[in-house]
Amino acid sequence: MTYFKEIAVGFWSLLAGMAVTIRRFAKPEVTVRYPRQKIQMSPAYRGYPRLLLDSETQTHRCIACEMCARICPSQLISVAGTKLAGAKQKVPYTYVHEYYYCSLCGLCLEACPTTALEYSQEYRLVGFRREDAVIDHLALLRERQQAAGLPLTPIPTAEEIAAAAAAEAAAREAREKETAAKAAQAKAAKPVQAPEEGKSPKAPPEEVKE
Amino acid sequence: MIIGLIGIIALVATNALFLIWMERKVSAHMQLRLGPMEVGPHGAVQTVADALKLMGKELITPEEVDRPVYLLAPIVIFLPVLLVFLVIPFSRSLIIKDMNVGIILILAFSTLAVLALLMAGWSSNNKYATFGAIRSVAQNVAYEIPLLITVMSVILMVGSFKLSDIVAAQGSYWFILVQPLAFILFITCATAETNRNPFDLPEAESELVAGFHTEYTGMRFAMFFLAEYTNMFITSAVAAVLFLGGWQGPILPGVVWFLLKVYALIFLMMWFRWTFPRVRFDQLITLSWKVLIPLAFANLLITALVLKLR
Repeated sequence: MTYFKEIAVGFWSLLAGMAVTIRRFAKPEVTVRYPRQKIQMSPAYRGYPRLLLDSETQTHRCIACEMCARICPSQLISVAGTKLAGAKQKVPYTYVHEYYYCSLCGLCLEACPTTALEYSQEYRLVGFRREDAVIDHLALLRERQQAAGLPLTPIPTAEEIAAAAAAEAAAREAREKETAAKAAQAKAAKPVQAPEEGKSPKAPPEEVKE
Repeated sequence: MIIGLIGIIALVATNALFLIWMERKVSAHMQLRLGPMEVGPHGAVQTVADALKLMGKELITPEEVDRPVYLLAPIVIFLPVLLVFLVIPFSRSLIIKDMNVGIILILAFSTLAVLALLMAGWSSNNKYATFGAIRSVAQNVAYEIPLLITVMSVILMVGSFKLSDIVAAQGSYWFILVQPLAFILFITCATAETNRNPFDLPEAESELVAGFHTEYTGMRFAMFFLAEYTNMFITSAVAAVLFLGGWQGPILPGVVWFLLKVYALIFLMMWFRWTFPRVRFDQLITLSWKVLIPLAFANLLITALVLKLR
């Protein structure tokens, strides 16, 4: 009796399997025919890190503090910046990311104090040479601004950098002269008061600031 | 006769072309993907491209093969297939030679197919090919028996071996309605005879590299491939004639109905392929000797009883 039961149960299971397959035959296909059709990447997708284009200031937020360069475990970021004449904060004049060894760990994003970096959603990264994977982020930002019709962020030219460096050097010299003059003044006025007041030999607060 | 033979060769070629495309499309849609889409509209020309590629491949003959057997095997595999085309009724008047022993011819020649597999596997001087050949012999022999008995049940009802008589006897109702068990058994045995999944151990694409045709390259491999698809056509055609009323049908011309039925049965065999896992060898033999043969005998007995009592 189990013989017939086995045959019946087995046969029924075959039919059930065939029902599954024919139902799938009628379902629409899930294939996306790249490159004629593309999928929309989700916002959480991690493409290469790039400078974030701030929606209010229409430019980047990088202050060239080099935290990202220091924390990158593969040392792939090279940043250099300067404070231009009359500016409040530093701006980078070169920001290069050698993407071919990047592991997309995101430490540069996390280390940045101004959240100047974000992940892009770019996955079409094809090149013929290794150098095609080196990303110049300032140039990339300008391309994006141009594509969006926004005013382009100026990259400091060599003269401006030199001028800023010169101005910085001049300012530092002026400060040092001032502190030297003050120290000489203080020394001239001090010799009688020192043993009585027992003040700590620390310098007055104005001179601690750099 | 000559026109018929030329027609047959054209049919075999076109059929293989179409069937390979159909197999890829059916399997793709069952797996929620698209299949060939690039070459030609919806990949229709893909098979031509594949055939051209196969023709351009180098014909490598391994050293220690049994040369005459090795070279003859791809030709012998076509013999039964092409010969069977002689007696199939495509429509009321489209038979090349309506023989008295039509169905016996078909059954006899379909046994030759296993000879070609054995030749291919043995002569290849390759253990895996030999395994494939051995398995195919066991499988074909085991499944030939229920096939024959099932066909006998239908012949008993008709009383003649002529295929056109069998079709004519199904004028009022198709035999599938009175012999559903025989139909199921026939389709199972036909799938096993043509070495299709779930009975494709001789090929065993994931186990034995390519089974009996491992050592064949280029056009010789194409011959085996072609023979498999033409064999599918043949067995489906025989099933259509025996159980589904051949070329009979209401409005459309006979040929169209015949081809529709044949391709519906081929779709069924493809459906089997993409649903079921492959049977293990002992399960294969158990199925044949312990399940199919008793059921076929029972069917034959019941048919004979009913006919006697009528």
